[in-house]
Amino acid sequence: MNTTTPSKLEKILAEGHFAVTSECGPPRGANGEVVEEKANLIKDHVDAINVTDNQTSVVRLCSLAACIRIKQMGLEPVLQMVTRDRNRIGIQSDILGAASFGIHNILCLTGDHQHFGDHPQAINVFDLDSTQLIQTVKLMRDEGQLLGGFEMKELPNMFIGAAANPFADPFEIRVARLAKKVAAGCQFIQTQCIYNMEKFKTWMQQVRDQGLHEKVAILAGLTPMKNVGMAKYMKNRVPGIDVPDEIIERLAAVPKEKQADEGTKICVEQIEELKEEEGIRGFHIMAIEWEEKVPEIVEMAGLYPRPEV
Amino acid sequence: MRLRYPTNIKIIKVPCSGRVAIIHMLKALEEGADGVIVAGCLEGDCHYQSGNLWAKKRVSYVQEILEKIGMEPERVAMYNLSAGEGPRFAEIAREMTEKVKELGPSPIRDAKKLASKKSKVEVAA
Amino acid sequence: MIMARPKPIEEIIDEIKDFNKVLIAGCDGCVTVCEAGGSKEVQVLASALRLYFTKERKRLEIDETSLTRQCDKDYLHELLDKIDDYDAIVSLACGAGVQFMAEMYRKKPIFPGVDTCFIGVTEERGVWAERCQACGQCILASTGGICPISRCSKRMLNGPCGGSEKGKCEISPDTDCGWHLIYERLKELGQLDFFAEPTDPKDWVSSRDGGPRKIVREDVRL
Repeated sequence: MNTTTPSKLEKILAEGHFAVTSECGPPRGANGEVVEEKANLIKDHVDAINVTDNQTSVVRLCSLAACIRIKQMGLEPVLQMVTRDRNRIGIQSDILGAASFGIHNILCLTGDHQHFGDHPQAINVFDLDSTQLIQTVKLMRDEGQLLGGFEMKELPNMFIGAAANPFADPFEIRVARLAKKVAAGCQFIQTQCIYNMEKFKTWMQQVRDQGLHEKVAILAGLTPMKNVGMAKYMKNRVPGIDVPDEIIERLAAVPKEKQADEGTKICVEQIEELKEEEGIRGFHIMAIEWEEKVPEIVEMAGLYPRPEV
Repeated sequence: MRLRYPTNIKIIKVPCSGRVAIIHMLKALEEGADGVIVAGCLEGDCHYQSGNLWAKKRVSYVQEILEKIGMEPERVAMYNLSAGEGPRFAEIAREMTEKVKELGPSPIRDAKKLASKKSKVEVAA
Repeated sequence: MIMARPKPIEEIIDEIKDFNKVLIAGCDGCVTVCEAGGSKEVQVLASALRLYFTKERKRLEIDETSLTRQCDKDYLHELLDKIDDYDAIVSLACGAGVQFMAEMYRKKPIFPGVDTCFIGVTEERGVWAERCQACGQCILASTGGICPISRCSKRMLNGPCGGSEKGKCEISPDTDCGWHLIYERLKELGQLDFFAEPTDPKDWVSSRDGGPRKIVREDVRL
């Protein structure tokens, strides 16, 4: 496979390696050094680092600023961008801003409704949705045009990604939605974190039936459980996440001090299992506020050292 | 049955408690009534199916209004009994009278008296 | 119809407490349908206000009326003779009616008595739900008759999002996922092709975002 952009993530995938990505949650304050600290914890164990964009509608230091910082550290950022907070003018502007700093990966998201965050009274924008954002980046990159028709001279050259949630409803259209995103120009996918392996494999089969696994690189999303409380919280309080009872029971069966290790073990087992799943091209490890676990998981899963490209 | 019950009750007959509208209860209070009882059939026995359920809703709504404007919601109450329960009616009448006596005269009645005294004085002067 | 909800009585009391003679004016249109501002509601509000002000020993005369519609000058004209008798009017019409009355009777303070909420339908008595966002460019032909702009919390045109669960929106188990409804309807109609193609970004110029709107139809004007 050839690459279409200067993205290191794209190159790793094109060369046939499993890609490993992780994420950085920016701080709820003006201290950018937190981003550097988190990035330093994981930099040798991942190929690219996502920065979340006001995740769950909670105001944090913006993804663009954090990505610039990561780029200036010599690392590979993935700019997550939601359409909840900006209209098409702001979005295209931020894409140009990111490109001007050499950021070559973008994850196109609609975003959680502001109901979940600390500013539920805010207006939401949603001028575009995630699929239309993919179309926009592709238009800017491949045609050199803005949505309004203006032709740019210096084009943003971005590797375009999106999210997929195999666990949301209606299940039968999850693959149709993925197909739509691919048709719009999506090149890589990071899935919502997986706990229900059976359901995920069903989705992967449907993905393969449509030949989508050859058109888009799917990175399986994984989040290690810290303890049984976290498992229950994710099952009941976070939208779009499916945690089977077996996972909760498995964690509950172990004494509290050992639950973190058990959660890590489950994560590594999942990686090993998914390595065998046709169409899985990599892993997106989201260790929320537990970034220090990522190196351990990557090593235990036999994915260290990361290939040089 | 010629049972005794307090003489301060003015009875207004309606074919069904469901005929009582929110405005009727409010008007009674506007005119100076110290309390309003809506007496309907036992739940499940309404001749018109759900008239007494509507009455219950409306009484609740009036109680909410009273609370919001700073009047005691207990001045309006819904009771359920069958048409044959004479003694129960007397009991309700006594119970409500006691309750309202405790609350005191309606603040509306006092205020209206005061207002009409004032205007009589104005006319005289 | 335009759906509204009665304002909390404390707010209305606060609006009129410094006046001496107030008219409560209802509307026989939309607000009657959603039981917020019709003649019945006018009577109840006026009575409750009288109870309050009498109790507070404040002389405030409260009269009642209801107009066929408050969004039409012909009907608003009916108040011309008596409006000078009042210090203020509380209009129970929707926001459009309140404003139109204020435009016609510029010297009178006109206060709103309801909170205008949305364009919607009567699902059953006592339950009114939003259906239309008045975007100015109706796309119902390609979404099985269900609008993603009013029924999807994120007004997505390529939904559903990843938060759709058991047919409900991520924001509340009481809110249907608009896209789930659209998908099921398109399936019933055999129109799933509409689902397969990505929908381009919408032109919002005809919606609120383009600025305050006006329709001028020369074919019905002289």
